[in-house]
Amino acid sequence: MRLQYPPNIRIVRVPCSGKVDLIHILHAFEKGADGVCVLGCLEGDCHFNNGNLMARRRVEQAQEILNSIGIGGERAQMYNLSSSEGPRFAQYVTEFTEKIKDLGPNPVKLAKNKAA
Amino acid sequence: MIVADRKPIEEIIGYLKDHKNILVLGCNECVTVCEAGGKKEVGVLASALRMHAKKEGNEVKIDEVTLERQCDREYLDEIRDSIDQYDAVVSLACGVGVQFTAEQYHSTPVYPGVNTCFMGATEKRGLWTERCQGCGQCILATTGSICPVARCAKRLFNGPCGGSTDGKCEINAEVDCAWQLIIDRLEALDRLDEYEKLCPLKDWSTDRAGGPRKVVREDVQQ
Amino acid sequence: MTTKTPSKLEKILSQGHLAVTSECGPPRGSNPEHIIKKGELIKDHVDAINITDNQTSMTRLCSLAACIRLKLMGLEPVLQMVTRDRNRIALQSDILGAASFEINNILCLSGDHQSFGDCAQGQNVHDIDSIQLIQAVRHMRDEGKFLGGDDLDGKPQMFVGAAANPFADPFEIRVPRLAKKIAAGVEFIQTQCVYNLDKFEEWMKGVRDRGLHEKVYILAGLTPMKSVGMAKYMQKRVPGMDVPDEIIERLKGVEKSKQADEGIKICIESIQRLKECEGVAGFHIMAIEWEEKVPEIVEAAGLYPRPKLN
Repeated sequence: MRLQYPPNIRIVRVPCSGKVDLIHILHAFEKGADGVCVLGCLEGDCHFNNGNLMARRRVEQAQEILNSIGIGGERAQMYNLSSSEGPRFAQYVTEFTEKIKDLGPNPVKLAKNKAA
Repeated sequence: MIVADRKPIEEIIGYLKDHKNILVLGCNECVTVCEAGGKKEVGVLASALRMHAKKEGNEVKIDEVTLERQCDREYLDEIRDSIDQYDAVVSLACGVGVQFTAEQYHSTPVYPGVNTCFMGATEKRGLWTERCQGCGQCILATTGSICPVARCAKRLFNGPCGGSTDGKCEINAEVDCAWQLIIDRLEALDRLDEYEKLCPLKDWSTDRAGGPRKVVREDVQQ
Repeated sequence: MTTKTPSKLEKILSQGHLAVTSECGPPRGSNPEHIIKKGELIKDHVDAINITDNQTSMTRLCSLAACIRLKLMGLEPVLQMVTRDRNRIALQSDILGAASFEINNILCLSGDHQSFGDCAQGQNVHDIDSIQLIQAVRHMRDEGKFLGGDDLDGKPQMFVGAAANPFADPFEIRVPRLAKKIAAGVEFIQTQCVYNLDKFEEWMKGVRDRGLHEKVYILAGLTPMKSVGMAKYMQKRVPGMDVPDEIIERLKGVEKSKQADEGIKICIESIQRLKECEGVAGFHIMAIEWEEKVPEIVEAAGLYPRPKLN
């Protein structure tokens, strides 16, 4: 479709959003990601039954942990869309990028840079 | 199994504030089943602790190891060669494992990462409930295999009390009245006439009241 | 029937009179004035006065001390004893303490769970339960021995009572539970307060069918309603309490200032009806924080004056 969306998104493809584990989300933040969003199929449409429901639960667990250590749970989000919805994909990731820009850099990264 | 629940991370951060080389030590048995202290939980806790430390500008090394269990020396021996590089251990095992680890590694502080709660069963994923308090003299044969010590809030031996309402305990409408369960089961087993047997006074000397306990089997000792 | 103890309550019941007892809650402090005042208020209208034992787990002046206070005033106390707060050593000890002041009546209870009271974080004891406590008192009184087996010096002359709740679940077990208490040695029963007279009479029928009414004296419990608010609260929030909707409707149908009088009327009507119920040996009137109404209720129910004992 060749739609525009922000260039600073690093896409990691998975066969189902249910493949994303809590630890993957946390490791991304540990390594300096400013935000992590998980994009899964519309609820009820998961090819593997309920992979996207498990993904949502894990994103919520990540949010709780990030809040408890002062990183900010809003940096992790889940979005649901159909794989054919190109424009919606662009819309969500643009929205997410704006949100993360407003939140600023990941405090972990900031501290690492300060130390360096 | 022994059921435990994760401690709040703020509390664990508090224990570790002066430490720089930390081992997060998990256990592959009970705490894995109740999703509090197994390999997964070790990974999550270690990652969170690292991020917090980095954010605070602290140089901290956090390693992750999960043993088969922490209540047997042979498994705790597996970290004997590496323990000296750590100035603290956070053990996610139950209270037994935390203590036994500390006993094997006398000069390393071992902090608990979970709250050990009770002996219980998995009713469904995410719900574990108490069944046994280890009184040392099991009376389940007389109560239709339902324990009044662990499941009655007043551990009555000749229950129910006058607060039993609709099969629920007076303390909480979500808690089953143990004596209602016992009566129902005796009825199902066609043994309701046993209800009127008076239960004698409990010997609590084999319970916690008698002091720290032990079981000795000389026939299997080497 | 012959009596086994010097208990005045036992004597009255054994002579075939309908007994009347009432209840006082001790103060939430060390000031004994309340007990003295309440005792004075009702002393001529009742045969014995229960003192509750940290009821609903709210810490109060202890039942034993308040009973001693009543005894020193020349009144007849009933020592309520719960197993929630004391182990078997303390229970036996307090029984002996009470007996040493010639307190001759005891009511053996398990006690409300501590989560209801002001020390929800405290431990509970429940070393023995109420039925085992009944056995313990009878053992001390009749065998003259401690639970541990040694002889004791001075048997406690206690008339042994317990509570019964015909309105708790499961209903089918409430008569067998009474049978259990009788087998354990209980001699008198005070029931939870009765509003559902039909259910109470159904329970009494079960009691009579097994001849239990001839083995124990049953005193029906009554508490007058002060207001429709109180009735609603008791219906919804108190475990083991059965308040039929008719009572609430009846109180609702009366203007607020007259509801207390209506509550007293209901209480008196209940007593009149239960007087006709075979096996009811008396009444236990619990007018919580409303003790001044007890004389009025006793008189209107035709239970005054109280029989004089020779």
